[in-house]
Amino acid sequence: MNPANYLYVSAMLFTIGAIGVVVRRNAIVVFMCIELMLNAANLAFVTFARINGNLDGQVMAFFTMVVAACEVVVGLAIIVTIYRSRRSASVDDASLLRR
Amino acid sequence: MINLALEVGKTPAPEAILFWILAPLVLLAALGMLLAKKAVHSAILMAWVMITLAIFYIAQDALFLGIVQIVVYTGAVMMLFLFILMLVGIDSKDSLTETIRGLRPIAILAAVGFGGLLISLIGRSTLGHDEVGLATANEAGNVPALAQLLFSRYVWAFEVISALLITAALGAMVLAYNHRITSRPTQRELSEMRFRTGSLANAAGLPNPGVFALHDAVDVPALLPDGTPAPNSISATLEARGDIIDSRPFQLGEMEEEK
Amino acid sequence: MTSNALVYLIALPLFGAAVLMLAGRRADRRGHILATVLSGGSFLLGLYEFSQMLSRSSENRAVTQKLFSWISVGSFKVDAGLMLDQLSISFVLLITGVGTLIHIYSIAYMSHDLDRRRFFAYLNLFVAAMLLLVLGDSYLNLYVGWEGVGLASYLLIGFWNQKPTYATAAKKAFVANRVGDLGLSLAIMVAFATLGTVSFSGVKENAGQASTAALTAIGILLLVAATGKSAQLPLQAWLGDAMAGPTPVSALIHAATMVTAGVYLITRSNFIFDAAPIAQLAVAIIGAITLLFGAIIGAAKDDIKKALAASTTSQIGYMVLGAGLGPAGYAFAIMHLLAHGFFKAGLFLGAGSVMHGMNNEVNMRRYGGLRKFMPITFATFGAGYLSILGVPPFAGFYSKDRIIEAAFNAGGVRGVLLGSAALLGAAITAFYMTRVVVMTFAGKARWEEEVHPHESPALMWLPMVLIAFGSTFSGFLFTRGDALRNWLAPVVEPVAAREQELLSPALVSILALLLVVVGAGLAVMKYLRQDVPVVAPEDVSIFTRVARRDLLQDDFNEAVFMRPGQHLTYALVDIDEVIIDGAVRGVGRMATGSAGALRTTQTGFVRSYAMWILLGAIGLIAAIWMVTL
Repeated sequence: MNPANYLYVSAMLFTIGAIGVVVRRNAIVVFMCIELMLNAANLAFVTFARINGNLDGQVMAFFTMVVAACEVVVGLAIIVTIYRSRRSASVDDASLLRR
Repeated sequence: MINLALEVGKTPAPEAILFWILAPLVLLAALGMLLAKKAVHSAILMAWVMITLAIFYIAQDALFLGIVQIVVYTGAVMMLFLFILMLVGIDSKDSLTETIRGLRPIAILAAVGFGGLLISLIGRSTLGHDEVGLATANEAGNVPALAQLLFSRYVWAFEVISALLITAALGAMVLAYNHRITSRPTQRELSEMRFRTGSLANAAGLPNPGVFALHDAVDVPALLPDGTPAPNSISATLEARGDIIDSRPFQLGEMEEEK
Repeated sequence: MTSNALVYLIALPLFGAAVLMLAGRRADRRGHILATVLSGGSFLLGLYEFSQMLSRSSENRAVTQKLFSWISVGSFKVDAGLMLDQLSISFVLLITGVGTLIHIYSIAYMSHDLDRRRFFAYLNLFVAAMLLLVLGDSYLNLYVGWEGVGLASYLLIGFWNQKPTYATAAKKAFVANRVGDLGLSLAIMVAFATLGTVSFSGVKENAGQASTAALTAIGILLLVAATGKSAQLPLQAWLGDAMAGPTPVSALIHAATMVTAGVYLITRSNFIFDAAPIAQLAVAIIGAITLLFGAIIGAAKDDIKKALAASTTSQIGYMVLGAGLGPAGYAFAIMHLLAHGFFKAGLFLGAGSVMHGMNNEVNMRRYGGLRKFMPITFATFGAGYLSILGVPPFAGFYSKDRIIEAAFNAGGVRGVLLGSAALLGAAITAFYMTRVVVMTFAGKARWEEEVHPHESPALMWLPMVLIAFGSTFSGFLFTRGDALRNWLAPVVEPVAAREQELLSPALVSILALLLVVVGAGLAVMKYLRQDVPVVAPEDVSIFTRVARRDLLQDDFNEAVFMRPGQHLTYALVDIDEVIIDGAVRGVGRMATGSAGALRTTQTGFVRSYAMWILLGAIGLIAAIWMVTL
């Protein structure tokens, strides 16, 4: 089977994640969509590793996972903090940047 | 699409079968995650996507990553998501009507253009050589080979990323820590506050939830003497979620009439 | 020769100024004594240096001291250095000597003033700055002192700045001086551009290689500087108003020392003027015109201090004329300067003494017959009077007649014209000075009932007496065996006496004396034989009226410089508001407008920002797509 098929799947997953980030308002769902994009990128890394026959892509995917884990931890902590003060998990409510 | 169809015909290997079954499913799950109204459903579908991706990794000779994907993502990260969902309110629905004018069509258009461009790029790209495969790279086993790379060429990045992880953990602690500015009020102080502020009617404390002997769950407001429910007898969070059972049917008079 | 002591000449009074200004009210009780002692110390140090110089041979008398390297930019190097030569020491002794006497006089004169400490601080500051002016070894160092005395003069003219007119007078002096200072700074720049150095010795060495045009430019610019500081035409208008300051200030700064800085500058730059005949002639002409100009104004003034101020302008005109005559006149210009330092300081101190006894009345028409009440003042004033008239053997006789003689001997029509102007000036001087003396000390008493004239305290008349000795005997000492000429010879290089002389010294003296007698006689006829009206008569000739208005110098300045300047300023304000501000505001509005348009993209919604990121990513992908097409 042509491993490029994995790349198509990766591209489509990434696109779906991008739409989700823009369209969804629940901060947790937005975060899940970001995770989806990161995972799509990881799939592409793994596939490239296979195509090129070295493990650098896999190492890169490993690093991406660690970064994603960090991001989730901090991001969710931020969501909790915002929820605690605003009683809302909607990203539109936290639009203080304008004022 | 024709090419794709031709590929299907040409790939009898078990990996192809796996792929053609799981790939549509993972895309469907991702779409479902995007469209689900409830965040919990999104999370479940997300977990499914992650597991599928783990299978894809293993199928592509990335055994270690596949296991890590399941342990870290489905095991830790998705649990964290669900945990936060509990904290924020598991039932909270996300209104899908768009408030920012024109954002959704532009977003969909842009995403489709983005995906189209990406797919067209992948389709056009040529590698210059055939697929190599990881048979030689994984000769000593996937995990030792990865370790060899991680602790030699990528050791510096590895150290940096470990520092990042610790920093993130500390950051999360700092963010989540609820700093109390004043000491917790004692019962005496609470009592004095009730008398000083507000009417004397509240001086005895808030009414307990529940209708005596008939329905004493925490989501049933107590009934006042005139028969109306007392909203301050239940938790504000329940009220905000709309998870309140109307206590009016449990009025004594109406019960009697029923009989 | 180098010396380490020169800096203390300046440092002593500067220290006094600093202490008096920084110590504040705590120094009120003893401050004036400290200032006087420090000024006196500077004088003693000057005397010591003078005695050291006398013990050396003529060529080795100059002393220098390098303080520190001041400016070092590329080829432009200036050291803060001091130089004491025969010319400088003459000034040092005059400044510190007369300065100390005036310090003593001021202790009594200012005893009732609440701000006496501030006054002495300024006086010390002035002495320090003036010493720096005459001790600086380069034009740039001189410039520092030049500005310093300008500042001190400004502060002291406006000492009683609670009176708006006095503050205005200070400002006027400052502005007029600034015009002159501009000339000096330009002269320094031209000197550096053409000669590559600004030190006196360097300029003197290089002057021979420079073109006459450049030297003429430097000379004219130096002359502009001198006219500003020395109240010569056309920048003379400030001196009359400068009399707003306390009288000791008028005596020290605006008669004896600071206003003569222009003469010092010209004499110090003799190597430039000697090589630039046009500039030198301009100096002589300015001097000749100013001496007449000042004398005429002096004859019309009823304010005793303003009459004396006009007289100062006139006398400095003599000095400038002398300096403009070249090597023949430098020594006489300096001699007249020193003599004038004595007799004019004496006259001013006398005027101050009169004012002190007359409740600060300055109008001479309110004086009269004061010699009975103020005998010492009358005697000292009289010594100054005879000296300024040039009556032998008083100091003015020796210096002024020599300048007149040198002017006549300048040669040709020029000599005749300059000499006649100087002679005529002597006659008018005699007229107005006699008028001052007669109106003040002779005739009937015209003061008001409540005024009780009395002699001033000893602290005041003692300096007056000492200065009167100076105005009586200094001329005799200076000319004894041509002492001063020979003394100054290494600095100004006098030429040998001319072979043919137009007028012999004796003839000039006789002519001058005759004219003096005529002038004085006219004044006696008009102001002693006739009663002096208490109010100045209005039905006078146009000439008198013009002279009373300072020969229209203020009107001229106002019409030619101030009004057009004002209109120019108004026009510039309009241009500024419409064009410059318009442009600036336009830019501002443009920024506001574009920012307002861009602002709409900033919704504050994270999702819309994410949208922009997505669009950017599409742009990148599209670019890659196109490149790989």
